[in-house]
Amino acid sequence: MFNSQSFIEEVKSRSGQPIELCFQCQKCASGCYMARFTDHAPNQILRYIQLGLKEKALRSSMIWLCSSCEICGSRCPNGIKMFDVMDALKKIAISNNIVAEKKIRLFNDIFLDTVRSKGRIHEALMMAEYKLRTGDLFSDLDLGLKLFLKRKLPLIGKKVKDRKYLDVIFKRCFDMERKAFAKYQVRLDGGKLN
Amino acid sequence: MNLSYYPGCSLESSAREYNLSALSVASALGLSLTEIEDWICCGATSAHSTNQLLAYALPAANIALAQQAGRDLVVPCASCYNRLKKTDHVLRNDPARRRQLEEVVNFTFTGRIGVMSLLEAFTVRIGAEEISRRVVRPLEGLRLACYYGCLLVRPHHVTGFDNPENPRSLDALMAGTGARPLSWSYKTECCGANLGLTVGDAVRQMVSRLLEMAEEAGAQAIVTACPLCQMNLEVRRPNNRNGIPAFYFTELIGLALGLKESGSWFARHIVDPLPLLRSLSLAS
Repeated sequence: MFNSQSFIEEVKSRSGQPIELCFQCQKCASGCYMARFTDHAPNQILRYIQLGLKEKALRSSMIWLCSSCEICGSRCPNGIKMFDVMDALKKIAISNNIVAEKKIRLFNDIFLDTVRSKGRIHEALMMAEYKLRTGDLFSDLDLGLKLFLKRKLPLIGKKVKDRKYLDVIFKRCFDMERKAFAKYQVRLDGGKLN
Repeated sequence: MNLSYYPGCSLESSAREYNLSALSVASALGLSLTEIEDWICCGATSAHSTNQLLAYALPAANIALAQQAGRDLVVPCASCYNRLKKTDHVLRNDPARRRQLEEVVNFTFTGRIGVMSLLEAFTVRIGAEEISRRVVRPLEGLRLACYYGCLLVRPHHVTGFDNPENPRSLDALMAGTGARPLSWSYKTECCGANLGLTVGDAVRQMVSRLLEMAEEAGAQAIVTACPLCQMNLEVRRPNNRNGIPAFYFTELIGLALGLKESGSWFARHIVDPLPLLRSLSLAS
């Protein structure tokens, strides 16, 4: 009970969205292009949150496959910006270490590591690292070659000059956000999810 | 007219022809775009999926640079534009978040410069009529599906630009070149964005639907204003090289203005647009 309540509060606090207003009109689901590839539709995710069904929501592939196209939020009659809810759930899933789509999280981590160390994305190196770390070496190999031959994948990328400043920004953001939501990390059930 | 320019990472590699054509065409139309010095990546989807503060701080650092330069900031990539515009919106409307970002990024937000997409800059600062006046090689006979994708118009309370369900700005610019923009229902559907690498099958299905719908409407090509849309439309289609080409809107304006360098942009495409352009006597 306490755990469900704290989950609802964490989603609301992170997303800033009035979750309780959803009355299941399903406009979000009818407009969602990704829903046909996922286990649950956006309106179902909202219902799980309202009911405090933390695991159902966090283990869904929907929160990761959401392409952030923002059609759901722009059509919601109750002004719920589902984009912010999906983002909140991804962050809660990461802090609870239950990530349904590990490849997408890995991609995000590699992307941000690249930004942190170089300041800009170097597409060739980032794709290569992603391929190495997923072990999925051969899909998209033809694509990489084509892009390279069209001079669209330069091997040397540009770096920003002030990378120390960039590192400070990253450090501050991760520290401040961890502190801001630390209170939700208290587990009343000894660490297990409800 | 002078504006600051934030190209974004894609325009340095997979979308180089977008960068080249944007700069050439803007300059030909009297819009001077000056790249902001030492800009950093906006963080894109990976940042907002991982850390909310970072997702605002990276764009805020670029807004700080643009503020120093003192000119409105133009962003050609729809994804970068979304991040920068949202951050600008938060800086203007959420005082608590603004103070936090000013501390993290170490700047003071003045609100004196605005953020706009390249499509908006062309629409508002140049306009279809001016383009039409400058056309030397009208793109007559070219039937186009204007594809806006998600983030040029959404979320509308942030972008405040065009109509989020049936945008017309790109159609108007293309009509200015002499081409014929068509009505179709998939203008603002999603192309799958950055999921191409991680969930390729889903993205391939989304892209083939878009191409089918454009062809059904009678389009000979799709025209975009986003490097992710253009790339997915070219490389995530079922039989890679076949089917209708996908242009950047700046390339077609450049062609209509008779810019000689347009050939070098088209040579970078994965789906060769030259057979179509030759069939309409628009390329040799």
